Amino acid sequence: MTGFVPMSLEQRQKMLETVGLTREQLFAHIPDNLKLKQTEFEGLNKEGISEMEIELKLMDLAAKNANSCEYDSYLGAGLYDHFSPYLPSYLIQRSEFLTAYTPYQPEISQGTLRATFEWQTYMCRLTGMDLVNASMYDGASAAAEAALMAFREKRKAKKVWISAGLNPEYIDTIKTYLHAGGFEYEVGELNADGTACGTYPEAEGYAAFFIQSPNFYGQLEDLDSFVEAAHAQKALATAVMDPLALTMLATPGDKGVDIVVGEAQPLGVPVSFGGPALGYMGCTEKLMRKMPGRIVGRTEDKDGNDVYVLTLQAREQHIRRDRATSNICTSQQLIATLSNIHMALMGRDGLLEAAEQSAAKAIYLQKKLIETGLFKAKYEGPFFREFALVPQGFDLNELNHKLLDKKIIGGLVLEENGEQNWLLAVTEKKTKAKLDRFVEAVVELAK
Amino acid sequence: MLFGKEELVFDLPENEAPIRLMAECDVEKPDFKAYYGEDRVRHLPLNLPNLSEPQVARHYTNMSARNFGNDNGPYLLGSCTMKYNPKLHEKLASLAGFTSTHPYQADETVQGNLQLYYELEKQLCDVCGMDAFTFQPAAGAHGELTGIMLIKAYHEDHGHPERNIMLIPDSAHGTNPASAVMAGFKVVEVASAENGQVDIEDMRSKIEKHRDQLAGLMLTNPNTLGIFEEQVDAMTTMVHDAGGLIYYDGANINAILMQVRPGDMGFDVVHLNVHKSFSTPHGGGGPGAGPVGVKECLVPYLPKPRVLKKDDKYALEYNLPKSIGKVRAFTGSFLVCLKTYCYILGNGAEGLKNASEGAVANANYIFRRIKDRFKVPHDNPVMHEFVISGDWQKEKGCSTMDMAKRMIDYGMHPPTVYFPLIVHEAMMFEPTETETKENLDLVADTMLKIADEVENNPEVVQSAPHNTPVGRPDEVKAAREPILKYPEK
Repeated sequence: MTGFVPMSLEQRQKMLETVGLTREQLFAHIPDNLKLKQTEFEGLNKEGISEMEIELKLMDLAAKNANSCEYDSYLGAGLYDHFSPYLPSYLIQRSEFLTAYTPYQPEISQGTLRATFEWQTYMCRLTGMDLVNASMYDGASAAAEAALMAFREKRKAKKVWISAGLNPEYIDTIKTYLHAGGFEYEVGELNADGTACGTYPEAEGYAAFFIQSPNFYGQLEDLDSFVEAAHAQKALATAVMDPLALTMLATPGDKGVDIVVGEAQPLGVPVSFGGPALGYMGCTEKLMRKMPGRIVGRTEDKDGNDVYVLTLQAREQHIRRDRATSNICTSQQLIATLSNIHMALMGRDGLLEAAEQSAAKAIYLQKKLIETGLFKAKYEGPFFREFALVPQGFDLNELNHKLLDKKIIGGLVLEENGEQNWLLAVTEKKTKAKLDRFVEAVVELAK
Repeated sequence: MLFGKEELVFDLPENEAPIRLMAECDVEKPDFKAYYGEDRVRHLPLNLPNLSEPQVARHYTNMSARNFGNDNGPYLLGSCTMKYNPKLHEKLASLAGFTSTHPYQADETVQGNLQLYYELEKQLCDVCGMDAFTFQPAAGAHGELTGIMLIKAYHEDHGHPERNIMLIPDSAHGTNPASAVMAGFKVVEVASAENGQVDIEDMRSKIEKHRDQLAGLMLTNPNTLGIFEEQVDAMTTMVHDAGGLIYYDGANINAILMQVRPGDMGFDVVHLNVHKSFSTPHGGGGPGAGPVGVKECLVPYLPKPRVLKKDDKYALEYNLPKSIGKVRAFTGSFLVCLKTYCYILGNGAEGLKNASEGAVANANYIFRRIKDRFKVPHDNPVMHEFVISGDWQKEKGCSTMDMAKRMIDYGMHPPTVYFPLIVHEAMMFEPTETETKENLDLVADTMLKIADEVENNPEVVQSAPHNTPVGRPDEVKAAREPILKYPEK
């Protein structure tokens, strides 16, 4: 048994006796027929194991995985293996950050609250939006919450329109939330050029239109015509966007997007098998009080000092209960702080460099792979760090399998309408030599 | 003593020296403006500071010192179960073998991760008396929402979409009604009786009234007053007899780990807050994880994918035709689940049982030491937490908030205040099992001292806290004139 209970049974009994109780009395009022009698279990050890054994067991499990430090991985599809300097992960291990609760007592939570206020500011500056909340569980649930938020704003509408260019995990999540809430959705179809341009509904009755840019296939959407189309039908223009890409690409704020959501994992958060992730949500000032999630604001104490507090809490479940904007009461605070410190250390030059290198290397790799004659581009438009290829007469699952022997984790295989596509992601961590070696391996194995 | 200026990262002086974090780009960078087109490139100036590593290290180290964490002292927040967070788990969760794995890797390349999920599922089934678990929900409230979505899917699948009434006691966490509404249910509130437990007659009449539309009941046990619902058996039977299903809000399960199991009390679905009961650090508000356990009848509706074992190999199964779908992307908050797994491994069944007994013993000890000086709303045996009212002190001019702030001066995090809503001036204490007797005495002595101060020196309580970097904030101003980001220079 690990030593996290600093009191022996004898000490406990003695302590209880001083207030007229015994250990036996603690659970005496619980009906006996409900009490657990079983002592042997299938999945649960009877006794705990030591710290030493836990460490060995977990090292053993870790060794059973192939990881992107030892393997050369091209998987992306919403999670990207970017470089992160060491300092941020070191600093968030400070137990004042790590072991604090939600900052309900601002006088002893200014660390968490300031870090959140900084993160909100960073995200506002990246996205160009009026406000961004304290973070969401992940990009997909943030998108689902954005849909519910749109219904709060557009009370008569009962459905949303979703571009087929959204990450399928996001579409599935929105569907689950909307089905439960009694709302409807339509999923559009992409154009031949791989974008949603011009496919928007030409009728009213939608609370929001959803688009993703760069979309799931890596293609950039035309935000101007999207926003115009959504607003023409009195729907909120809602965009899923990659905040790292926004160091280079047009911001949703400048384009008139009403709600932006997405995954801030590329801002210094490890891929970690998909979680914990770091969703974000930003919106226009007009929608401020419709927003779900925690928000930190600045006010002052009686001496005029700046104080940061959780604010706009009248939206939240602990006050509003069944009339709350959402049931959400957890952000991804520590992960947001990780990302905050990452942005502070990388700075504008470092973030922009990471984004530009990712794009440059993705463009390089796509060109090299197409030059082999083994692939055609699925779509011709410009992309950021991810692109889709169509293989010319060989099976991608087989290729991926063979690549593993060379310690390469190939792209994601998408099987759609009997056609295979290969979705490949490239970050600044790739060197030219690595990319060239990958192309050579593909040429050798794609037979 | 606090160091560093009261400033934000945006106040720091710009660093003009180059810093080398990444290698030089060794492929040609295209002319991005030409490549993407004028309409698609960023025009808004990228107004983010460039800083040096020493500046950043000092800024955030000093920032962290403005926080009070569980490692700083007693953390009495009720319903939050602020137990100690083992540090080994942090190291293990940072191994590249876990952090550098992608959820779309072939199953054969992530057998370690899948084995961990699989074994954790078995552990939690034993802990809760359930048949299966999903790890998708990212937090407790997310688990709640997922849990009752499963109830909805069950009724729809059984041809009863009209079952849309969810019974929720008035003492419930605010997330319960909020989640129920998000999942499309209508909330019918059940009253509490004099003894702080659910009024079973009120429940009976509400079940009768809504019998044909009854979807289920959301209940936490022990309830938010820290009282065990002794008639839980009768309640679950009544709801089942009327065709409803029962959801267990696992926020308070630390009180009963390995003593009583939700599955044995008749619950069909349960969520767990692993940052409460299983020691994963709260991080100042996440990341959490909210695994959801179900009885056999709800297994078909679990989110996808699930981790299954086939011929000694672990695999992610997506082919689940009756699944509610997804409540987030990918498989869950894997690293948080990893810490849960480590905690359960380290404790085993006996360790968990000892933890719950310790939590209940410690709450009872503080309660008995202070209960004569405060109004006690319900005189019941208490479990892992207890609720007292500040009404007597309020009459003397010191509110519960004043007393909570005064506790900060004595080096401890205050209890949850003004919750549950059914108790005036509520203070909800949950010391957890990881405090020493000396610390429990410190808390009790402090409360008695504050009760004295209210009598003899109320100003010192009313003006607390006195030793914090900032005083009480003007929260009305924060909400009326929201400043939610640092202004552009």
